[in-house]
Amino acid sequence: MKFTENRRSFLSFALAASLSLGLAGPALAKETVKVGFIGPLSGGVSNMGLGGRNSAALAVALRNQDPNAKYEYELEPLDDECKPNVGVQVATKLATNRKVVGAVTHYCSAVAMGTVDIYHKFNLPVIVWGAVLPDITYGNDYAEVHRVNGTMINQNETAAKFMTEQGYKTWAIIHDTTDYGKGHNKYFSQFLTERGGEILGTFGVTSDQQDFTAELTKIKELNPDVVYFGGLTPIAVRIRQQMDKLGIEAQFQGVSGIKSDAYFAGLSGDLAEGTVTFLEGAPAEKLPGGEYFMAEYEKAGYGEDFEAYGPFAFAAMSLLLDGIEEVGPDRKALTAYLADVNEHNSITGSVSFDDHGQNTVALITTYVAQDGQWVVWEDSEYADGTRKLTGK
Amino acid sequence: MDIGLLGQYLANGVMLGTMYALVAVGFTLFFGVLDVIKFSHGDVLMLGSFTGFTVYIGVLAMGIENPWLMIAVILIVSITTTAAVGALIARYLVLPLKSAPPLNILLITLMLGTAIREAVRLFYPDGSNPKNFPALLPTASVDLGGFALRADSVILVGAGIAVIIGLNLLINRTRLGLAIRAVAQDEETAKIMGINYTLIVLVTFAIGSGAAAFAGIMNGLYYNEVNFGMGLLLGLIGFSAAIIGGLGNIYGAILGGFLFAGLQTVGAVALPFASAYKDVFAFGVVIALMAWKPTGLIAERSSDRV
Repeated sequence: MKFTENRRSFLSFALAASLSLGLAGPALAKETVKVGFIGPLSGGVSNMGLGGRNSAALAVALRNQDPNAKYEYELEPLDDECKPNVGVQVATKLATNRKVVGAVTHYCSAVAMGTVDIYHKFNLPVIVWGAVLPDITYGNDYAEVHRVNGTMINQNETAAKFMTEQGYKTWAIIHDTTDYGKGHNKYFSQFLTERGGEILGTFGVTSDQQDFTAELTKIKELNPDVVYFGGLTPIAVRIRQQMDKLGIEAQFQGVSGIKSDAYFAGLSGDLAEGTVTFLEGAPAEKLPGGEYFMAEYEKAGYGEDFEAYGPFAFAAMSLLLDGIEEVGPDRKALTAYLADVNEHNSITGSVSFDDHGQNTVALITTYVAQDGQWVVWEDSEYADGTRKLTGK
Repeated sequence: MDIGLLGQYLANGVMLGTMYALVAVGFTLFFGVLDVIKFSHGDVLMLGSFTGFTVYIGVLAMGIENPWLMIAVILIVSITTTAAVGALIARYLVLPLKSAPPLNILLITLMLGTAIREAVRLFYPDGSNPKNFPALLPTASVDLGGFALRADSVILVGAGIAVIIGLNLLINRTRLGLAIRAVAQDEETAKIMGINYTLIVLVTFAIGSGAAAFAGIMNGLYYNEVNFGMGLLLGLIGFSAAIIGGLGNIYGAILGGFLFAGLQTVGAVALPFASAYKDVFAFGVVIALMAWKPTGLIAERSSDRV
């Protein structure tokens, strides 16, 4: 009796097992591979981090739907809170987990600067999806570190080219004295001088300064064509406001750090109008694979917007998965694969890494403030001549 | 440098000096009556300007269009609210700790300042971004050879100086001022003479905080922008101005305010290296002045501290 009972249960188990095997089909046959994502998922810039995470998750989900994919992918998203100390902790957690083959990491430059050593130490190949400080890729020789988005070097090269082409000759530069502001000053000055622009004066300001009348009075005396500001929105608002108080009639030019809606919320009347700024990347709808990305993102139904750098997170994750498909789930092999990435197709356009793992095909978009919003230059009324920049 | 630009620098300096002096007067008043340093003063100022900004949105919604009427409503509501906040801080945070070591009051007000600042950042709608304070004053300007003298700047400096003179008259010419000075000089004797000590302390804190609110509104009208962090540096500068002028002396606070503004302007204009160091220069000179005259440029006449 006992024996037959056992046999019966064994039989039913075997039946169930074979049934489930038959139903799940090829999924069980695939090996599961872990990949990581790190970004600011909480705190002041969490909108950027969540948009990036969703985009990376979308890339993973789409790959898992692909019947031709060799592996089943699992994403491990971690929060760096845009704080270097937290970033180092989560990066270590990811890098020491041997199941993780590669990762897409960091929106904040300061965090990325702190974590690249860890990735190198544990041989974890990463692709940066948002941080723009050049030193993340150029400040070291780590084969593990790559970046799909452009840097402030590309941004300022485009800025210098664009502004000199508009016919401006002389500049006054104001920058905040953080690494961000100083970096912008350095690269913009370099590219501008190469193109024959003249810098009449450079002013460093602290990032909590309220009154700029002394610096601006001096700038008024210098009478430049353009006032360039390297820093973030709050100070840009104050400077633009106080330029008007002192009657300075110069074109105002910003950097990626001022391209936010807060710039318009902080300025009265038409003071913002005509401000020019530059940003790595392009609006999603202008990207080569933008429509596909936006449609899939919409379909996935995430709660948050993908924000400015979401497409880069998607592109970085897709590239990482392409590599794993090609060389298998092995950190060293994946690093070697990424070193040779050349004209790789992605939704942000073709990706080619140089010796430092930096994408050389950097996409920079010029924006102009028109009627209370940032408009891509080519689509603006300034480009077709309906409106004119200051002094033109 | 031509005379027009010199005039521009001078006008900038006077504007800054008036604002600093208004903040410094608050520090000096608090120290005078209660021997306390209230570090939340700068953030109370910020609270004043945010109250003003909120009132502006309110009156705009009510359909009041006249800018002068708007300014009057903004000033009245903002100053009374902030004065009430100042009195509440005195009543519930400063007075109970009167017999505790002064360090405790310094700490508690420092923490209160941070709490106010963070509360505005987190709970005010979109509080972490700068707000566009309206330009309600006439913006006509006279061009005096490279120097744009604007009507709003002149009005603001005039109003600021009038408030400072008014405060001075209040302290030195009225019965209330007499009572404040009596409490400042000797608390025990003042009580024996029938002065309501608690009331005078509360009124003094209300006056000081009201002056800060005025400075906050002035700041908003001048820069057309307010933000949650604006009180931090203003508070520090006002405090330094009060110290170099001589804590407890209202003339010292005014002198200190203008001196600090002058130093900043000179630092930004005359120093050959980057203007990033103008605050370093100004605070450096303050340190030197404090080493030279530890009790301030105008020492308290009736100092009983050793």
